[in-house]
Amino acid sequence: MTNARTVPGEAAAEGAQSAPLVSLRGVTKRFPNVIANDAVDLDLFPGEVHALLGENGAGKSTLMKILYGFYSADAGTIRMDGHEIRIESPLDARRNRIGMVFQTFTLVPAMSVAENIALYLPELPFLTSDRAISRQISDLGDRYRLRVAPHLPVRDLSVGDQQKVELLKLLVGKTRVLIFDEATRVLAPHEIEGLFEIFARLKADGYAVVLITHKMNEVLACADRITVMRRGRVAGTVPRASATQASLVELMFGAVAPTSAPLPSAPAAADGPPLLELRGVRTAPSAAGTPLVGVTLSIRPGEIIGVAGVSGNGQRELVDVIQGLVPCAEGTRVLHGVDATSWGPGRIRADGVGFVPEEPLAMAVVPWMTLHQNTVIGNASRYARHGGVSLDWGQVRQDVATSFEELGFESLPPYVPVRKFSGGQLQRAVLARELGRHPKLLIASYPTRGLDVRTAESARRVLAQLRARGGGVLLVSEDLDELCNLSDRLVVLRGGAIVGEFRPQDVDRHAIGHLMTGSGAEA
Amino acid sequence: MSFSDVMTRISRSRWASEVARYALVLTIALLAYAVVLLLAGKDPLRALTDTASYTFGTWLGFSEVIVRMIPLLLTAIAVALPSRLGLINVGGEGQLYMGAWLATYAAITFTSLPPGLFIPLLVLFGFVGGGVWASVAGYFRARGLVNETITTLLMNYIAPLIVGFFVYGAWRSREMGASAFPQSIAFPDAARLPRFLGTRIHLGFVLAVVLLIAFWFVFEKTKWGLEMRAIGGNADAARRLGINLGLYIVIVMFIAGGIAGLAGMAEVSALHGRLRAGFSPGFGFTGFLISWLAGGSAGGMFAMSFVLAVVLSAGSLLQITQGVPYAATNVLMALILFIVLMRPKLLGRLS
Amino acid sequence: MNLGSLAGLLSGTIMYGTPLLYLTLGEIIGQRAGMVNLGLEGIMLVGASVAFAVSVETGNLWLGIGAAALAGAAFNLLYAYLAVSRGANQLASGLALMFFGIGISSMIGRPYVGQGTVGLQRFQLPGVTSIPGVSATMFNYDAIVYLAVPLAFLIWVALFRTRWGLSLRAVGESPSAAFAAGRRIGWIRYQAALACGLLAGIAGAHLSIALARTWTEGMTGGRGFIAVALVIFSKWHPLRAIVGALVFGGAVTLELQLQAQGVGVSPFLLNMLPYVLTLGVLLIWSGARRYSAPGALGRVYQGEE
Repeated sequence: MTNARTVPGEAAAEGAQSAPLVSLRGVTKRFPNVIANDAVDLDLFPGEVHALLGENGAGKSTLMKILYGFYSADAGTIRMDGHEIRIESPLDARRNRIGMVFQTFTLVPAMSVAENIALYLPELPFLTSDRAISRQISDLGDRYRLRVAPHLPVRDLSVGDQQKVELLKLLVGKTRVLIFDEATRVLAPHEIEGLFEIFARLKADGYAVVLITHKMNEVLACADRITVMRRGRVAGTVPRASATQASLVELMFGAVAPTSAPLPSAPAAADGPPLLELRGVRTAPSAAGTPLVGVTLSIRPGEIIGVAGVSGNGQRELVDVIQGLVPCAEGTRVLHGVDATSWGPGRIRADGVGFVPEEPLAMAVVPWMTLHQNTVIGNASRYARHGGVSLDWGQVRQDVATSFEELGFESLPPYVPVRKFSGGQLQRAVLARELGRHPKLLIASYPTRGLDVRTAESARRVLAQLRARGGGVLLVSEDLDELCNLSDRLVVLRGGAIVGEFRPQDVDRHAIGHLMTGSGAEA
Repeated sequence: MSFSDVMTRISRSRWASEVARYALVLTIALLAYAVVLLLAGKDPLRALTDTASYTFGTWLGFSEVIVRMIPLLLTAIAVALPSRLGLINVGGEGQLYMGAWLATYAAITFTSLPPGLFIPLLVLFGFVGGGVWASVAGYFRARGLVNETITTLLMNYIAPLIVGFFVYGAWRSREMGASAFPQSIAFPDAARLPRFLGTRIHLGFVLAVVLLIAFWFVFEKTKWGLEMRAIGGNADAARRLGINLGLYIVIVMFIAGGIAGLAGMAEVSALHGRLRAGFSPGFGFTGFLISWLAGGSAGGMFAMSFVLAVVLSAGSLLQITQGVPYAATNVLMALILFIVLMRPKLLGRLS
Repeated sequence: MNLGSLAGLLSGTIMYGTPLLYLTLGEIIGQRAGMVNLGLEGIMLVGASVAFAVSVETGNLWLGIGAAALAGAAFNLLYAYLAVSRGANQLASGLALMFFGIGISSMIGRPYVGQGTVGLQRFQLPGVTSIPGVSATMFNYDAIVYLAVPLAFLIWVALFRTRWGLSLRAVGESPSAAFAAGRRIGWIRYQAALACGLLAGIAGAHLSIALARTWTEGMTGGRGFIAVALVIFSKWHPLRAIVGALVFGGAVTLELQLQAQGVGVSPFLLNMLPYVLTLGVLLIWSGARRYSAPGALGRVYQGEE
């Protein structure tokens, strides 16, 4: 418990009304292993932007999901306009004019923008009329600068545009409370500014806007009031005027902010033949995703190449083509000087390439298998005996223990299905497995997404360690800070092509952002 | 001890809860069947006692149950094996027919072989016939063209037509006084699978048990088993870890089809001695259901195929003794399935 | 092949194609809601046996059709109960229903095997004989046939131009998105299952009292499975289903015609045509299919639903 707690309701922003639109009191939510929300009090006022700040796992998302009816609270009350309300499903929430824009969109990809929005219209006539809906969409779009083409199928839209559709859905539904869950994750720097402008217009029209985020600079840029959460509790609610970086950090982490140990740096010169070379690689177009068009890239031993870009501009294809999951329609792929263009994923992996994905549960492990079993399938030839008829579990145990020790990770229960691990534990398990194979090249795709600060730091440290030992890393990330701190060279991926390559210290963030979105060299 | 205590005790022992679960399913199904029989104007109690006394009271009756169990167990394995990879093989019926077809070809072509060579040849041909048939579906799935559920389903209808074509045509028996049903030329004696213990239980039983044990062993202990289970658990991750999905899919479908093909081969070689059109009363589908009911577990499949063999045996018996239509057996099978599909809470506590 | 047999081909195509169309339309509705029903074979048989039995007993064919529709609906609601309310595996539930339908229909139809019925009354649409080149014998069908194409249009409008259809399609494309939009997935799927069952029952009824005019065990001969393939063939679109049903009806008729004309092709080989054709089409259209299949079906075919 800290002492920076302000009484909710006292610190209302200037210009906002005095009675809160929504009041949460004593909201508590428990999950099997953790108390996600612990007696949380919160007030939301119309006509203000309220930021919910905290590191990953602090409970901000859970709290808003309770407000939106995705979870039901174990204790506590919710009041709207002074009356107590029960919210047991998203339908209830929407009836109460509460809406949420999630990190993963709840759009139907195959349907058009108009159809997706029609789904949310409260008074949709029985015989639907495309024209009427399209008109509503363009009216709202003009008012709040949210222009999207109504007839395009949603899956053809960029992520930023999809987010606009999500917001339009809520606006046609006449919501009054708009909750944005980590909305800026998928946007480039100047797009984020555009979003804040939209917030300003919404605020002016009397909406209550809630922004859930873990990024302080965003909070300081757009919020009127800031509630900081830590470990499921409210650490404090402060008005923007009296908030500083330092005070927010203190609220987020307690008395002492986590200091990052300096990262192991690169060896003096990154030399030697490149570990990986892509020369003019093109991939075949597919239904979803952006094909690569002529990518040329090389990674030398002892360097980390960062890949910046808005999600969906070919990152997935780049990562897949390096691993051999997607064939090169054109161009060559060279590993350690050997032409590997025709190699399959098994051979490439056996040649010393490792992979740490953004969603370990979906992409790197079999959820119902244990840590040891997952280790075996990651390196089966090492543990097979008698041609595959049996497996050497003793060796597995040994390797796992060694790897965890080398990386400085706490050991994890070996006989539990990995789906029971937390996000941080799982990512550490994947890192241990991949680095335990002593790869020469590691592909890390958004490796710290959604992780708590400690695990994210250790993941970055591990990558730097690999670099110090002479390995190479390809780091794909949406966190420009992370990219600039870790990378020796930075490339920007847009539309499946590399549109810029430089050292991070040579270019400023806005320029990178514009490269990411192709929006010209405006500062 | 209260009912609740008993339940808790049973649910703690994995073996006991499996047995209790099957017993419960069976009891409920029998009760439902009794109702169906009553509605059809038959006597359920007499049906039960007739069945019990025949199948468990006489050696002949019991051996007949085993005989019926053989193709069921084989087709069940043929479904369970691909299911571990997440593949759904509903084509056991077609694979079975094609195994019988190719084995018949061998039987009536290489007529002068001694049994020592003939039997292995039949086994080989039966396996290959079903295997190739299934691997077509496997290939299409591996290439991402068509889902194997649809392919195997459609091919189920083509296979019996191929068999019919040959039985009515090139392989047709010209014997005088041949039965009303067209049938193929008879197999030479050397091509008949040996039988045991003076009953109709034949080599197929040995094959089925051996394959069942092999199935269990491969998945529990070997590297390939773990990799296959990885494919079934998370195909995307398995692919990224370098496991060759396409190869596994085709090979597994081949083997599965082969096992179903053995079922067909065994039926025609051991029991009929000829190829007849439409000789399978839906073994392939029943195998799917057995595998599904047993959750793909080896012990479960053995138990469920025994149970269903009893049911089918009873079906034939009751047709004779009480004139219960064979269709009622379909109804009983469906009822058993419904009960399991409904996952009533009682079963849930036991699993 | 002369004009007479051409006319015969056309009429056969329409008569064989009609029950297929009803079946396919029903399954399209179901699959658009995210449900794959492999038990259509059983439901169609139930419809056929019930229609025949009721028609013979009451002498009223339309009563038979109505009873068949209701029976089909009841059976499919059983499937929906398993797949939706109990969360059972859809493929296994469908197969269970198939067995159930085969068994029940056999028991219902048993007393009536060998009997015949006068068959559903055929008539001509008014005004059709005034079209040049159309003779009186060419356009002589029963009401169910005439209603088939308008029904397809009606279903198209329902699916793509109404609020109900929008919700249903959302459920089939992305149940999570539909849920987030406040749609009750279970309720919508039950409605889809009801529609599918009604149509399958009518399809079966047409088979026994209009086409074959008798009852035989297992008379559907795999049509239930062809319909599942036809749904893919028509890319889940009701209007394309018309084409699909015609193609397959045509294939079956062609086979019969060739047999009747003593063309020396084995009936077995001809019987294979529809299945081989379906497979061929599935292979050719495999790429396009991925774009048009309702999103939720993927999980069904992976065994997760």
